[in-house]
Amino acid sequence: MIIPLNYSFRNLWTRRLTTFLTAGGIALVIFVFSAVLMLANGLEKTLVGTGSDKNAIVLRKGAQSEFMSMLDRNAINIIQSQPEIAADPEGKRLAASEVVVLINLPKRGTNKPSHVQIRGVAPESLTMRPQVTLTAGRRWREGLSEVIVGREVAERFQGGGLGETIRFGMRDWTVVGVFEAEGAGFESEIWVDAEQLVQAFRRPVFSSITMQLSGAGDFASLKSRLEADPRLTVEVEREKQFYAKQSEMMATFIRVLGIFVTVIFSLGAMIGAMITMYASVANRTTEIGTMRALGFPRRSILGAFLFESLLLAAIGGGVGILLASFLQFFTVSTTNFATFSELAFRFILSPSIVIESLIFSLAMGFFGGFLPAVSASRRKIVEAFRAS
Amino acid sequence: MADPLIELVDVSKSYRRDTLEIPVLQNITMTVPEGEFLALMGPSGSGKTTLLNLIAGIDRPTGGILRVAGTELGGLSETELAQWRSRTIGFIFQFYNLLPVLTALENVELPLLLTPLSKHERREHAAVALELVGLADRVHHYPKQLSGGQEQRVAIARAIVTDPPLLVADEPTGDLDRTSAQEIMNLLGRLNAEYGKTIVMVTHDPRAAERARKVIHLDKGAFVQM
Ligand SMILES: Nc1ncnc2c1ncn2[C@@H]1O[C@H](COP(=O)(O)OP(=O)(O)OP(=O)(O)O)[C@@H](O)[C@H]1O
Ligand SMILES: [Mg+2]
Repeated sequence: MIIPLNYSFRNLWTRRLTTFLTAGGIALVIFVFSAVLMLANGLEKTLVGTGSDKNAIVLRKGAQSEFMSMLDRNAINIIQSQPEIAADPEGKRLAASEVVVLINLPKRGTNKPSHVQIRGVAPESLTMRPQVTLTAGRRWREGLSEVIVGREVAERFQGGGLGETIRFGMRDWTVVGVFEAEGAGFESEIWVDAEQLVQAFRRPVFSSITMQLSGAGDFASLKSRLEADPRLTVEVEREKQFYAKQSEMMATFIRVLGIFVTVIFSLGAMIGAMITMYASVANRTTEIGTMRALGFPRRSILGAFLFESLLLAAIGGGVGILLASFLQFFTVSTTNFATFSELAFRFILSPSIVIESLIFSLAMGFFGGFLPAVSASRRKIVEAFRAS
Repeated sequence: MADPLIELVDVSKSYRRDTLEIPVLQNITMTVPEGEFLALMGPSGSGKTTLLNLIAGIDRPTGGILRVAGTELGGLSETELAQWRSRTIGFIFQFYNLLPVLTALENVELPLLLTPLSKHERREHAAVALELVGLADRVHHYPKQLSGGQEQRVAIARAIVTDPPLLVADEPTGDLDRTSAQEIMNLLGRLNAEYGKTIVMVTHDPRAAERARKVIHLDKGAFVQM
């Protein structure tokens, strides 16, 4: 009953130029579509990867980001004395009060200034974030104006390289180390000793406290106790969730806008596929009539042309995904809406993006090929012969 | 006497153009016994192709009764008719109508896809049919790599591969030079004489008509006595 798939395949090959132009249109749409999904995915991976499941973060109630949060010394003392906080092997409690400030730095190449987040950290900050590793240089020394910078800052901002100096807080700071954080958002930050930062900015308050919890059930008790404490107005969140929330709005924005745009593009590609398939049906009127005369039922003809269109779309989809996969070698940066600072991230392909893109391309093939395939199968045999 | 293979009773065919009814075939009554080799002749537009299409079950009459190979075609649905064609009719066309993207062997194999034969059996049957038409050495050639006469022989192999009782041919030599035409007519003659195929052939070529056992002339949609 089934007309061999080979038949559809060879027909596409016979009209290779048309096939590749049409598949090219579909490939472009799929390229944009998967690029958008990869972008949103990369953004999420970057921000979600910033947090750890073991850690909790405390901010002032209602603060959307660390930058907008303030905790005074008094609050810090109360929070740091909570029993849920884990200790390292030497018995030091793993809680770090951190300060976040934004500065403007000119970018390499363009000289255009952009916001960079500086994080004043404690020694425990590094212990609690094992993904942060120095790849060059060393840590800052206490009491000196020294900083370590994330890889993205070192690459993208003037003065960010190892041994160079960055000016902020009316001081020159020497970059003594460069770190990586497995692609997490920290790689877009400058880290410095919190005490030095507080002095330089004459800012007697901290932004947040990040703490490692000893047990799995500790989070709930810590959260309810701190949030109920009348001396404090704070909010306690898991660190991972805190960063995931930051990515949510932007990732959704990218997805919605991107999908809206590609769906409109796809109409063009679909019409392209339709024109190609109509032409192909018209060219093969006699062939269709012959197959029908030989006894092939209408649905076989419908199936053969629909399959041809799906094959065309799958080729386009495959090429589009392949092209998009090369985007993984690129890094893009944007202002993180939640922190107002520049955040660098990558296009990241995932199996679900591949599947979604393929489904999307097949849908274009199906809707583009359906009407031509129906018209092919509806042709009366005698009329098909008379037409030639 | 055995039932005739083809029986037409009062068959008419007309086309409607706007409100005008254009008669193409008028009250045709005829019988064709099994094993006949019939040539249909007549001027252009006389309705030869139309009559052939009705007999082959790819068109339906506007009136009358058509019985072919024991089946009354008027009672069949579209799908049943398609199945019936695949078992009963072998088609031979003026322009061969081979699928250009398939090889000779694949073209011949095509009608067998509608049978329950295995792939291996299909290949075997197709190869036998190609050998019978003298093209055993051309099985993997594509139609455009063959001469017109060879293409028509592939088409004949395709028409006989399912072993149908009736072959219909619409001007099978119409596009061929004299030598090739002669070869094709020899082949059709053999299929009729040795393999007992009933053949109905439309032709303009008197040399081709000579090879038939019987010639019927059609003019303006009706049989004429010569
Ligand atoms: N679908 C149709 N619509 C209208 N008229 C048709 C249709 N099909 C056939 N006709 C008419 O029917 C008549 C007979 O056509 P047919 O093709 O049977 O002639 P023919 O004898 O095979 O001619 P030729 O020798 O040129 O092939 C012609 O006048 C033709 O115009
Ligand atoms: Mg004709």
